[in-house]
Amino acid sequence: MTANADSENQVPWKNIWARLYPAAFSLLLALLISGLLLLVSGRDPIAAYKGLLSGAFGTGNRFTETLVKMTPFLILAISVSVSFRCGVWNIGAEGQLILGAIASTWAALTFGALPLGFLAPLTIIAAIIGGAIWSGIAGALKAYFNANEVITTSMLNFIAVYFLAYLVNGPLMDPEGFNFPQSPLIRESLELPRLLQGGRLNIAFIVALLLVAGALFYWRSAQGFRTEIVGASRRVARHVGLNVKSNIILVTVISGGIAGIAGWGEIFGIHLRLIEAISVGMGSLAVVVALLGELHPIGMAVSAFLFAALVVGGNAMERNAGVPFALVDVIQGIIILLILARSFIFRGRPS
Amino acid sequence: MNIDLITVAFVTGVLAASVRLATPILLTAVGEVFTERAGILNLGLEGTMLMGALGGFLGAYWTGNLWIGVLAAMVTGVIFGLLMGFISITVKANQVVAGLGITILGSGLSTLMFRLAFGLRSTPPTLDIFPTVPIPLLSDLPGLGPVLFEHNALVYLALILVPIAALLLYRTHFGLAIRAVGESPDAADTRGVNVSLTRYLSVIIGGALAGLGGGYLVLGSLGLFWTQMTAGRGFIAIAVVVFSKWDPVRALLGALVFGFASALQISLQTLRVPIASELLLMLPYIVTILVLISVSRRAEFPGAFVVPYYRGGEK
Repeated sequence: MTANADSENQVPWKNIWARLYPAAFSLLLALLISGLLLLVSGRDPIAAYKGLLSGAFGTGNRFTETLVKMTPFLILAISVSVSFRCGVWNIGAEGQLILGAIASTWAALTFGALPLGFLAPLTIIAAIIGGAIWSGIAGALKAYFNANEVITTSMLNFIAVYFLAYLVNGPLMDPEGFNFPQSPLIRESLELPRLLQGGRLNIAFIVALLLVAGALFYWRSAQGFRTEIVGASRRVARHVGLNVKSNIILVTVISGGIAGIAGWGEIFGIHLRLIEAISVGMGSLAVVVALLGELHPIGMAVSAFLFAALVVGGNAMERNAGVPFALVDVIQGIIILLILARSFIFRGRPS
Repeated sequence: MNIDLITVAFVTGVLAASVRLATPILLTAVGEVFTERAGILNLGLEGTMLMGALGGFLGAYWTGNLWIGVLAAMVTGVIFGLLMGFISITVKANQVVAGLGITILGSGLSTLMFRLAFGLRSTPPTLDIFPTVPIPLLSDLPGLGPVLFEHNALVYLALILVPIAALLLYRTHFGLAIRAVGESPDAADTRGVNVSLTRYLSVIIGGALAGLGGGYLVLGSLGLFWTQMTAGRGFIAIAVVVFSKWDPVRALLGALVFGFASALQISLQTLRVPIASELLLMLPYIVTILVLISVSRRAEFPGAFVVPYYRGGEK
């Protein structure tokens, strides 16, 4: 369970099955409950889930599309897990992704004349800084003013959405875009190389996997250990001489920087320009993916893949079986509650 | 910018709109005051409000009776309050994660049920909202009349609720029990207070009022339902509760601050102030952050806030 993920994650995955089984149980039970919901409202759950499965895995192209969707989910889950394991309930991944997307697109458009060797790294750095500042605001407000980070990051999400809308309808609007709310295209040489012919799968997926490796390394580093001590108990952390405030700010900045990279990947790998709908639903997905993966990098990679399949399949399900995509959001909510209730269900008593 | 438009009527209009826009926040925040006083943080209010909005819409749309809509909104809220109660009181799980789960579930489930009930339509189904009922004599008061006494029934209900909630919290045995289980559940238990039951009742009150707060958006304000229509008001209500120092009367003040920020934002747009509408729309959210940081540092949270209660030996 998430509340004590700190201690459990000290042990590497010795018994993978024992760790996977409760998560799989939560997922299956959530699908079952959602299926019952469909049945009660007069829809055919079998047809819906068939549509979902074939939508996610039906063809090779569908499968790569699932990997495309998995990329931001995984990056954002790693982002929030850093905060969560420090006991900072940062739900602002969506806003941080938006700021990363804004900053990197702005850099690409403003410094477009620079040689590619400078410009490409510059766009990533801009994305990291954009996301880190947005998240760091919430971190600093928590550290210095004790402001509840769930509320501040949620408010910052709304502010980011409106800021993005303002930019693509105003200062960053494409002058030749017939008044569409979008920025000009980034220059072609900045587009992230595709990994496969035909699909949209690109280098950002590799970046996501590198971040998994980076996260595994982080949790074995001294700073990762400090993060977990602060997360386990503020009192103990102070007792052993850790600066709780600066650790809180540091983890939020790290989280935001990682979320900014997700924004960079979406712009330079997929959309190639700033648009309003770059982040829809990703904030809550990041939380669910992270929690279902027990905040462990490998676990989150597995759950990011599952949720990407759910989202890609859910879209197909809406098109083919006429079942609203919102079913996927319901499944997400049920999964979180099941994860929490799991110990209760399994042992018949509170954990 | 058109300065000539700023007249007395305009200012009273903005203030009256502040009261209306404060109402859903006020209802939700007063409920959450009870929940938090009992030691539970319900971060699922956003989802609870959305479910209340949906329940209110379906109830009123299908029966043609707005009061049944009100009832349905509150019952839906109670169900979600019970869900929060089960996870935080009985399962004793992490309340922050539980709240996030309930918010995600509520936003998904309200959208799904609305779509299953009405499908995709080019024109959304609508209903007539509660009519404005000016209170005789009082509404004729210069200035104050139109601001406070020209609203619909739900706004009056929310305003009357404030003193009732304060009485319940400070002057009754039940109120004392709520404050006791939030401050020191051990001591309350020793004195014969049923900690779990009291906490359950407090999340039920919170759920009912959050449901009503969401229902107000549909039944008292807009007359229709749409996905994510609460737009963060559940989280804003929680910020208002911190601002209120867990006091219903101060919650009214906090809700009015938010209502005023929203009303100001709308009126600045009608005045054609040379600021982009997208930037003006940020105003309520920025105000919420500012309000939160202005009070959080010295806020004294209830003693057993977010701490599950285990009886001696149980664990």
